[in-house]
Amino acid sequence: MAEIVLSNVQKFFGTVQVIRDLNLTIADREFVVLLGPSGCGKTTTLRAIAGLEDITSGEIRIDGKPVQDLEASERDIAFVFQLYALYPHLTVFENIAFPLRAAGGARADVEREVNAVARALDIGHFLGKRPSALSGGDMQRVAIGRALVRRPKAILMDEPIGALDAKLREDMRTELKRLHIENKATSVYVTHDQVEAMSLADRIVVMSEGVLQQVGTPIEVYQNPANLFVAQFIGSPVMNISDAKLETEGGQAKVRLGNASEAFGVPVTLPRAIEASGRGDGGLSLGIRPEGVIVAHQPGEGLVPLEAHVIEPLGAYDIVDLKVGSGVLRARTVSGFVGKPGDTVFARLDENQTHFFDTRSGQSLGVRLGA
Amino acid sequence: MAAVKSSGRAAVNRLAVVGVIIATLIFLAPIYWIASTAFKPRALATTVPPTVLFQPEITSFIKLFVKRVQMNKAVDPATYAAAPWWEQRIMDNGERVLRTGDNVQLSGYPSRFMNSLIIAITSTVLAVGMGTFTAYGFSRFRVKGEADLLFFILSTRMLPPIVVAIPMFLMYRAVGLTDTHIGLIILYIAFNLSFSVWLMKGFMDEIPKEYEEAALVDGYTRMQAFFKIVLPEAATGIAATAVFCFITAWNEYAFALIMTNRRAQTAPPFIPSQLGSGLPDWTVIAAGTFLFLLPVAIFTFALRGHLLRGVTFGAIRK
Repeated sequence: MAEIVLSNVQKFFGTVQVIRDLNLTIADREFVVLLGPSGCGKTTTLRAIAGLEDITSGEIRIDGKPVQDLEASERDIAFVFQLYALYPHLTVFENIAFPLRAAGGARADVEREVNAVARALDIGHFLGKRPSALSGGDMQRVAIGRALVRRPKAILMDEPIGALDAKLREDMRTELKRLHIENKATSVYVTHDQVEAMSLADRIVVMSEGVLQQVGTPIEVYQNPANLFVAQFIGSPVMNISDAKLETEGGQAKVRLGNASEAFGVPVTLPRAIEASGRGDGGLSLGIRPEGVIVAHQPGEGLVPLEAHVIEPLGAYDIVDLKVGSGVLRARTVSGFVGKPGDTVFARLDENQTHFFDTRSGQSLGVRLGA
Repeated sequence: MAAVKSSGRAAVNRLAVVGVIIATLIFLAPIYWIASTAFKPRALATTVPPTVLFQPEITSFIKLFVKRVQMNKAVDPATYAAAPWWEQRIMDNGERVLRTGDNVQLSGYPSRFMNSLIIAITSTVLAVGMGTFTAYGFSRFRVKGEADLLFFILSTRMLPPIVVAIPMFLMYRAVGLTDTHIGLIILYIAFNLSFSVWLMKGFMDEIPKEYEEAALVDGYTRMQAFFKIVLPEAATGIAATAVFCFITAWNEYAFALIMTNRRAQTAPPFIPSQLGSGLPDWTVIAAGTFLFLLPVAIFTFALRGHLLRGVTFGAIRK
């Protein structure tokens, strides 16, 4: 097991820069998820760690040893591919034994190791079959077995469960988590699915357009997104983002979203805090997750009347679009809270869940109200 | 409703089977003609209308393999009785076997057949081998001017080969490659290489590169990954390419006729040359042709599983 350190890693494909000056330390035994939309450079980063892709400049160290000039075969890393990449002409047993044979393991050792891995993954009953006879989930189990069997320094996974159907994906997610708890292998996992990332990761690395956006625990990136990109990428339904204007009148502070006629009340300390942050020159954006929009049937202190528009019942809760000026504010309510589109409800923003960003740079102001 | 539909489908199936049988019969007719002529007595070989029922004999094959001359007088009964059975068959036809000392002199056919085997097999192995490596390179690595190079390789097939026969002959004569095995082998590799590269490139492109990448991270060098993973995966393509290259080299006539005459001559130019002297003995020619057909048939039959997979390649879920 090992620590992986990326220092100033750059990667160009021709003139296109796919990784920009990436610095990242993955601790020993940590489960790190690289998360981002397709084309953000996460897979390239993973392949660069594995040695399947050369980097243009920078340094990659595994256990303190620079490996960027080593062949993939010399890095002692395992890789799990999205489409399994099981060797079709070999049996499941031989597929799992393949990495051991490279190292020239004795026949008895190979058999013991393969059987141990097969038991851990519950795939012992089809060791004699060819991969083509297996289901997608079983194929991926075998691929994971092939990665685990050698006890490599780290296991790299490139959307390993992305090709499975939703139900199976959930099962495999749990299984991956269990395997990591049991094996404690340093793991780097690439996905574009934020739910997967949240549920699996010790730390999430959010990337966009080759640039690292934020590194943190799932809770950190969820509760304190570093910028607008992270704020909107993490979380479902998506965080509400709106242009915001601060107004102070009569010792009360208000925030007006877009061109809305009504403004939401905010603590009087907010204008000062924003000023103190030294940012926000590029205009102010307010972000709030749907669960931070609190709605009521009756008018009351600090509540703003809003017209409901689209209602999406999702079983456990509803997502209701509220008209705010020409934009919408999505609120999460209990099921059936709003009867029908066109109804008027009364809403306020939970000050503990508001985020402020500089509109031009997209950076968070780091201003948190309440707590 | 369903019954009507399925019976309709069954009728279509039966029609298709009948069609296939007819097509097969048409394709097999010449082969039957050759095979039956090879086993006919000489007198029945050229009858009009053709003889269908006859007592099969292998005299023509015996004649094919030994050197013989026409006797100018009837055979001495004592000599006939002392001769082995196969020599008697030849004597029946008014010919005798040539010998040096006690050894029977063989005709040109066995050595021509061997030449064909040596040249076709060697050129096939080399053309397919080189084609496989080249195709792998083009398929997996960024090659500068890849499209141009591939087009250049393909362009070697754009000229009918016979157009270059005379210059090739002059070049071969100058460097002493005429009538040599190596000369024809080089020539056939040149014919087949472009075909082999293009066909193999198609197959290589179909093999996901993740297979090798998996082997690379699992601790294998690229060379090991090539032999342990890529080659087994490409077996279908290699088999298909090998069959085509072998058939081309085996059947090639024009260059073999021009470039060789004795030592390295292959079977195709040799068989018709037996027509030349005296009355053509069609049974012997048919016997020679029949044997000549066998290697390709056996080779293709042996690889038929791969060929069938080759046809359906890409339809298989990977």
